[in-house]
Amino acid sequence: MTLYRPGKGHLMIQFDAVHKRFPNGTTAVHDLSLEMPEGGVTVLVGSSGCGKTTTLRMVNRMVEPTSGTIRVGGKDVLAQDAAELRRSIGYVIQQAGLFPHRTVLDNISTVPLLLGWGRRRARARAAELLETVGLAADMGKRYPHQLSGGQQQRVGVARALAADPPVLLMDEPFGAVDPVVRTQLQDELLRLQKELSKTIVFVTHDIDEAVRLGDRIAIFRTGGHLVQYAPPAELLAHPADDFVTDFLGAERELKLLSLTPLKDVPQAPAATLPADEPVSGISRSDGRWRLVTSAAGGPLGWLDTDALPTSGTTGEAPLRPARALRDTDSLLSALNETIASPSGFVARVDADGTVTGVTAREEIHAHANAAHAAAGAAAARTAGPDSTAPVTATATPAERPA
Amino acid sequence: MPDTVYELFTNLGSWLTSAEQWSGPDGIGHRLAEHLQYSLLATLIAAAIGLPLGLLIGHTGRGAFVAINLASFGRALPTVGLVVLVFLASGLSMWPVYVALVALAVPAIVTNTYAGMTAVDPDVKDAARGQGMRAHQVLFQVELPLALPLIMTGLRLALIQVVATATIAAYVSFGGLGRYVFDGLAQRDLVQVLGGAVLVAVVAVVLDLALSGLQRFLFRHRTA
Repeated sequence: MTLYRPGKGHLMIQFDAVHKRFPNGTTAVHDLSLEMPEGGVTVLVGSSGCGKTTTLRMVNRMVEPTSGTIRVGGKDVLAQDAAELRRSIGYVIQQAGLFPHRTVLDNISTVPLLLGWGRRRARARAAELLETVGLAADMGKRYPHQLSGGQQQRVGVARALAADPPVLLMDEPFGAVDPVVRTQLQDELLRLQKELSKTIVFVTHDIDEAVRLGDRIAIFRTGGHLVQYAPPAELLAHPADDFVTDFLGAERELKLLSLTPLKDVPQAPAATLPADEPVSGISRSDGRWRLVTSAAGGPLGWLDTDALPTSGTTGEAPLRPARALRDTDSLLSALNETIASPSGFVARVDADGTVTGVTAREEIHAHANAAHAAAGAAAARTAGPDSTAPVTATATPAERPA
Repeated sequence: MPDTVYELFTNLGSWLTSAEQWSGPDGIGHRLAEHLQYSLLATLIAAAIGLPLGLLIGHTGRGAFVAINLASFGRALPTVGLVVLVFLASGLSMWPVYVALVALAVPAIVTNTYAGMTAVDPDVKDAARGQGMRAHQVLFQVELPLALPLIMTGLRLALIQVVATATIAAYVSFGGLGRYVFDGLAQRDLVQVLGGAVLVAVVAVVLDLALSGLQRFLFRHRTA
């Protein structure tokens, strides 16, 4: 079995026939064999009581397996000193778990100080990390209760990154913040991951979060059974059984579209109108709906040429909103816009927000269909006869829409 | 009757403010020093016993019933009875007084220390362990500092109780502010009895205010 990621060769975390039974008799993890290559995000997902958190906590020995072997970087975790092992692995939990009696800087300095870096160097590193996770420098002197939930969670991530560990364990880190902040934190994590390329193990019960963040997703069923382990596209296109299908939900195909960027969908030149064009001279030969653009070339909205005002410019006329899409936006966003757009076209812009063209509803539908078929075919090629066996995560995840 | 009460308080006023009452080996200054000495020493000994016990129970979670039952034991403890008991066993010495005062102070310290330790957010302890702290580092760097406000409350309560109860030192013929109470009772000198009682109360209240002020200052960064 080969595991492959571009540029990275070897396995970072290996579970080999791992069992965990708690003293009260419940089996949390049942015969788990799972391999996570270096770099990339592995999401453990499932409903509560499925063993995903126990699995995560066995990596840094917060929970010890009843039997089986877990290796991090090739070394058996049970053969190492537990405290030293944990210092070498970043750990982020729900509600952040910050130390309430220590300032933000001191919180971030925790592991460097445990490693004996000395106060000055630990502080300097902590200040650097504040910036990395997008917090202002003056936050460093505050206490955790003076921060919002989202800010606390950023500090939690900074604390986990302080000693630059190769592996990061994240246990429902964004579970306690509101949806808007959660999306921001997810974006931040993806940005950070692009820079840092850590091996991240991420636990969540939210399948959308899993699809958004994961390079590979492991779905667990109650009783600690790993049901399927695959890249998101493969999982969505080829769920292993009814349990996975149910778990992925009724919008499974739409979720798949969220993984495909718009960049390969062709665009047609747009017959745009500048905002300062007088409405009197507009011909109706270019279709009923025309895209009005600002002086800078940005989209202002759709103009209905069947209901033109008698005077004034196009910029003053009533316009229907146009949410223009970039190449990095997903097919799902494009599909969404086809529903909202009155013209049947989706406006396309470049990275600067300048209109580059339009794409017709039919074109987007056709590509959505093709993307779905392609994911299915790719999954069928890679899955092989036993897709639940220790992973064959050879498919490179599709380039992720921003 | 109102006249008598009025007279009593006038006499009390002059008793408390007269210069000769404050000086000499039987003066208020000396008795106050004795009283504080007994109280602080007893509380220190109680802290030396109660703090490690409370921390141990709180950290390990084992023996919680000890901490909980100690509280009711403390409330039910007949202090004077204990003094007499140890007095009979050991003869005339300061021993009975200290044994009784320490026995009085230990439960408040153990119970509050234990309560402070159990009030530490389990997520915070989990995070501390997960960052790679060893058991003693979790205890001294996380649990103890977080439990400190409640631990200090326990020490304060213990000290106040001890100050109020240290009057019994005089019962077995030692000093302290209790001297006035017991001597006054023996001499049927109501003003002296009242003077002693008022002094004990004032010392207790002043200490309480000072220590809670100190606590508020020390823990000003904490949330409620």
